[in-house]
Amino acid sequence: MDFVDYYKILGIEKSASPKDVKNAYRKLARKYHPDLNPNNQDAKANFQRINEANEVLSDPEKRKKYDQYGKDWQHAEEFEKQKQQQSQSQSYGSQAGGGFSGGQSAGDFSDFFESMFGGGGRAGRSGRQPKYRGEDYTTEIHLELIDAYKTHKQTLNVNGNNIRITIPAGVENGQIIKISGHGGAGTNGGPNGDLYITFSVANHSSIKRLGNNLFETVDLDIYTAVLGGEITIDTLDGKVKLKVKPETQNGTKVNLKGKGFPVYKNDGQFGDLQVTYSIKIPTNLTDKQKALFEELRNSK
Amino acid sequence: MQTSNLIAIDEFCAKHDVELSFITSLQQTGLIEITTIEKAWFIHIEQLKELEKFIRLYYELDINLEGIETINHLLDRINIMQNELIMLRNKLGIYE
Repeated sequence: MDFVDYYKILGIEKSASPKDVKNAYRKLARKYHPDLNPNNQDAKANFQRINEANEVLSDPEKRKKYDQYGKDWQHAEEFEKQKQQQSQSQSYGSQAGGGFSGGQSAGDFSDFFESMFGGGGRAGRSGRQPKYRGEDYTTEIHLELIDAYKTHKQTLNVNGNNIRITIPAGVENGQIIKISGHGGAGTNGGPNGDLYITFSVANHSSIKRLGNNLFETVDLDIYTAVLGGEITIDTLDGKVKLKVKPETQNGTKVNLKGKGFPVYKNDGQFGDLQVTYSIKIPTNLTDKQKALFEELRNSK
Repeated sequence: MQTSNLIAIDEFCAKHDVELSFITSLQQTGLIEITTIEKAWFIHIEQLKELEKFIRLYYELDINLEGIETINHLLDRINIMQNELIMLRNKLGIYE
């Protein structure tokens, strides 16, 4: 566990007055507050750091302990004993520094803080006890394209709780869904926060997706392209037979209606699959084959 | 009228130690909507998250109403642009 330099985090000198602490904190809080930086994990981490620094430096008791034992936090217990002896008849009534909630839980403190001060004790603004919604949790689910093709269930572990969710077919890369009430517990009887799940859908297949439509490039031999015929292609739903018209040109596109991706939360509805033919010119021809092509050329 | 999804504003203000005038100012600027039922004011539970955000910005970060309005507008724009970015990235995936 590393020492955390709270003065450095707030960008102030060790001699800073309570007003300096407040000003430095307020300035940084405006920069990193989660309400002003939605979905920004770096800002959230920074906000937690400055909140923790403020929690300590704005509280005279905590600041005193930190200044005395900060770097030697392992010896902080001695401070506690000393303090208990001194304050047998005193009531400190110390007030927490009015850290900002930022819609976050108060429990996000570093190991260093937990070790020195035994957990967070932020009182919220002005030490009031309002009812607040719990913290919103965010998480990511990584899927392959084929996983997103079918509705399936997954179990998520969110802050130690297992949540079984149904992932409807057709979820998009980057799509966010809300699971109401599965965020952090509300404070003082307030409602629970929500859980926001961002889907990251990777595609390692040759089939490309745009919305509900799929795009696939299929190799076509020159003989089938010229004379027509039947080919079998792979789709996300299995193999599909396709009739190829005679004299099909390179780059010809064929639209297969309803063979695309499922439409999110619309059972039985699918987008289209667009197949593009890529005609392959034969290589390593035998003398006989070359002669036949020659004959074709001369027959023009 | 069903009121199960509505929160009484006077009760909300008392519990959150928020001035009623702040809530009405938010309504006047169009940041929240207030429902009136038999002369009592309510907000819909769906707006609670936003309302709490405005309260934090105002009381904790000392941002005035004009600032909140501006921030809200910019956050909406960021949200639209982020969605657009995701859409364009997905579109780009076809050509990769």
